[in-house]
Amino acid sequence: MQVDLTVNGTEVSEEIEPRHLLVHFLRDQLGLTGTHWGCDTSNCGTCVVLIDGEPVKSCTHLAAMARGHDITTVEGLEVDGELDPVQEGFMQCHGLQCGFCTPGMMLTARALLNNNPNPSEGVIREAISGQICRCTGYSTIVRSIQWAANHESAVTIGASQ
Amino acid sequence: MTTTEPTTTEPTTTEPAPPAVGSDGAASDEDRPVGFGNLRRKEDPRLIRGMGNFVDDVQLPGMLHLAILRSPMAHARIVSIDKSAAEAHPKVVAVITGEDLAAQGLAWMPTLSNDVQAVLATDKVRFQHQEVAFVVAEDRYSARDALELIEVDYEWIDPVVDVRTAMDAGTPVIRDDLEGKTDNHIFDWETGDEAATKAVFDNADVVVKEEIVYPRVHPAPMETCGAVADVERVSGQLTLWCTTQAPHAHRTVYALVAGLPEHKIRVIAPDIGGGFGNKVPIYPGYVCAIVASLVIGKPVKWMEDRTENLVSTGFARDYIMEAEIAATSDGTIQAIRTNVIADHGAFNGVAAPTKYPAGFFGVFTGSYDLEAAFCKMSAIYTNKAPGGVAYACSFRITEAVYLVERIVDCLAYELEMDPAELRLKNFIQPDQFPYETRTGWVYDSGNYEPAMRKAMDMAGYEELRREQADKREQFAKDGTASLMGIGISFFTEAVGAGPRKDMDILGLGMADGCELRIHPTGKAVVRLSVKTQGQGHETTFAQIVAEETGIPPEDIEVIHGDTDNTPFGLGTYGSRSTPVSGAAAALVARKVRDKAQIIASGMLEVSTADLEWNKGSFHVKGDPEKSVTIQDIAMKAHGAGDLPEGIEGGLEAQICYNPDSLTYPFGAYICVVDIDPGTAVVKVRRFIAVDDCGTQINPMIIEGQIHGGLADGVGMAMMEMISFDEDGNCLGGSLMDYLIPTALETPDWETGHTVTPSPHHPIGAKGVGESATVGSPPAVVNAIVDALKPFGVRHADMPLTPSRVWETMQGNHTPPI
Repeated sequence: MQVDLTVNGTEVSEEIEPRHLLVHFLRDQLGLTGTHWGCDTSNCGTCVVLIDGEPVKSCTHLAAMARGHDITTVEGLEVDGELDPVQEGFMQCHGLQCGFCTPGMMLTARALLNNNPNPSEGVIREAISGQICRCTGYSTIVRSIQWAANHESAVTIGASQ
Repeated sequence: MTTTEPTTTEPTTTEPAPPAVGSDGAASDEDRPVGFGNLRRKEDPRLIRGMGNFVDDVQLPGMLHLAILRSPMAHARIVSIDKSAAEAHPKVVAVITGEDLAAQGLAWMPTLSNDVQAVLATDKVRFQHQEVAFVVAEDRYSARDALELIEVDYEWIDPVVDVRTAMDAGTPVIRDDLEGKTDNHIFDWETGDEAATKAVFDNADVVVKEEIVYPRVHPAPMETCGAVADVERVSGQLTLWCTTQAPHAHRTVYALVAGLPEHKIRVIAPDIGGGFGNKVPIYPGYVCAIVASLVIGKPVKWMEDRTENLVSTGFARDYIMEAEIAATSDGTIQAIRTNVIADHGAFNGVAAPTKYPAGFFGVFTGSYDLEAAFCKMSAIYTNKAPGGVAYACSFRITEAVYLVERIVDCLAYELEMDPAELRLKNFIQPDQFPYETRTGWVYDSGNYEPAMRKAMDMAGYEELRREQADKREQFAKDGTASLMGIGISFFTEAVGAGPRKDMDILGLGMADGCELRIHPTGKAVVRLSVKTQGQGHETTFAQIVAEETGIPPEDIEVIHGDTDNTPFGLGTYGSRSTPVSGAAAALVARKVRDKAQIIASGMLEVSTADLEWNKGSFHVKGDPEKSVTIQDIAMKAHGAGDLPEGIEGGLEAQICYNPDSLTYPFGAYICVVDIDPGTAVVKVRRFIAVDDCGTQINPMIIEGQIHGGLADGVGMAMMEMISFDEDGNCLGGSLMDYLIPTALETPDWETGHTVTPSPHHPIGAKGVGESATVGSPPAVVNAIVDALKPFGVRHADMPLTPSRVWETMQGNHTPPI
């Protein structure tokens, strides 16, 4: 079947099998390997992308279901050589170690800050609680998101249309 | 100069190192250090853009996909396998069984403990999810579809699940593949002085005994294991992109096992999504991918799914420890004795130095000055997945530290002593270092009391105890207060394996090479034998070289994880990168600097003795204006014109560092929990961690590693366990069943440090990567048990889930295995 969708601002039209998962479609078919795959069961969140601005686990989302929607992956966070404040925050506050969960964490953070520019620590922890990081113990991820909140620019990638 | 003479003999300091810290607590670009300090990571720019290169990101032209069929049963004879339907699948290229591999002599492979493990089962399956066959197909979906088409006829054999009864007469023999094997015994091991320990116990005022279980857990890195194998048909060259923490060791093992010529094997470990020991062993899947590429002549990718990772790859712990502690009535600890049953699963796949079948469990005497100690251990086969050393365990020190820190708390309970006071009373004293323990480990340096006091100060320990007393009083009165617990753990680790005379894995000495080249323009490349899985080697090793040469870290490229482009060495695990490879990096830089000094003497026309090093340049003593920078020297070394007599051109060196001994980091941890008496839900309120890993290369990275390990500790203490039912079915096969802490179960960590340099490490550094995973589980468990003191609880086994805490409150606590 054919799917037409927008990925990181670019219109995409591709032939897929109806059973193809969004994560595999993005990684294998579009070559966007920044979206990772970690568990199959929606528990780890390394596969999080934004669909119309909302974080979604692409390992349990069919590519076919993304038809007509607007997808943002980690590759879409940087615009014209400008890093998203969330990306900058993760570098500033050591919010990543192996970097495997990082794309999903950053996209969830981006969606959170689009809706709530000044989240409390508790709200941040709640927002990322559907995702697992084995390296950082989360504190530096929380600090990274707080850094981004304090350095927000006009960039609002993935904000609801 | 390549000696390992101590260069740092400073006493412990509890002042923070002076890092360049920006206003946000992170290193700023303006203040970035040339050397040690809070440097932002060189790895981050690619990873935050999603431009890392993990194994599953590798795409090669014509690449095929491999999927593995696994056994549904824990113990069964394979009667027959019918692969014809799978072979008929239009997108399937090959279906391979154990019989096919046996025909090539490849059905079995050695483990890292000199046992053998089936690549694909031939005679019988020995654990649930063991590898039985594999399919290679044009895409990953078709490969998995075809697994469903393979018909395997199994004949059930009673599984051996309970390690406590695995040696009983009449129990089925799991390893009947081993000639003459008539039971499920692997090895016995003991350390310490049995008679001397018995004498102390026989005369002790107080003896406390407890069975302490460390259940089976799994490192579960976010990236599962996998490989892409590409064998070039004509040259026979194998390139293997692989999730390995030890690329060089893996290459040699492939050469030894498969008979592939070692110079034709290139192992590349690209970005690794967390390892924690899970990516040390060689798994059947890697071998299958190599065989498939060899047979088919095309690149083949194998990538585990999460279930495969949890049910078949290197687990950790699974120790049942009968512990005893002897003390005087005033709380002087005299001896510790333990008897351990170790469940190693179906194949002895433990990754540990050959002479240390129980890893470094011998450090179970902890941080205390004892009169005697003794340990007896039996390792047993069961019908479970193999492994045993993983999950940031520092070769079984995790189990050892848990044992001693739990039994010390049991003693405090019996003596009605404060657990902090009991520990302070029994610490090895600073003037006793180097200190030889009763089991023969020589601790290099330590100063325990300042670390303990600092943690107590940070926690506000006295105030916490007062709050606890108030809450207990209220709880006794009307049952309304939460149950508050304060748990302490003080650990000493032994990391940096290790001295070649004592330590090898499969005959390979545990040394590490390092090569440094300074280019004509003064930029440098340093090549390591170790491999980051998130630890930040590309940053910290650049900092080590920067500290020694004065070349800014941004001008130093760190190459690692590629056997064709790095010197030989044993890899990253057991917190050994900094103790071994970090020493190599410092010493190779000093070797280059020594040569630079000779060249500088020619440039400045003075003798080398008249030169002084000022990070980044040599100047003439007494005349600082007369100087040459390392960059000037690099150009001179490669340029036209004469060099001092006997000096070859170029500015580079390579060394292989063989550590004199291990390093012994330590730390004091305090955990505060609140338990809802109505639901038994445990909330970790605070966690204070004071670590001492000697000289700090990058405090920001150290703090990050500590944080990660603390989360592990909360996970193991409260949630994580790989359990089995009586048929040997694994009950922890997904992240819905194997629970890992999220941002909601973990507090905002409070960290501090002291600095007691290692006297034998060139920069005084010790390992740190596993400290918190080792040290934190007892702190959390001790806190929960402390909270349950009003119920008369002295001990409870992990994982302390709400239901297990509830049972404990009701007096119905049972061991988890």
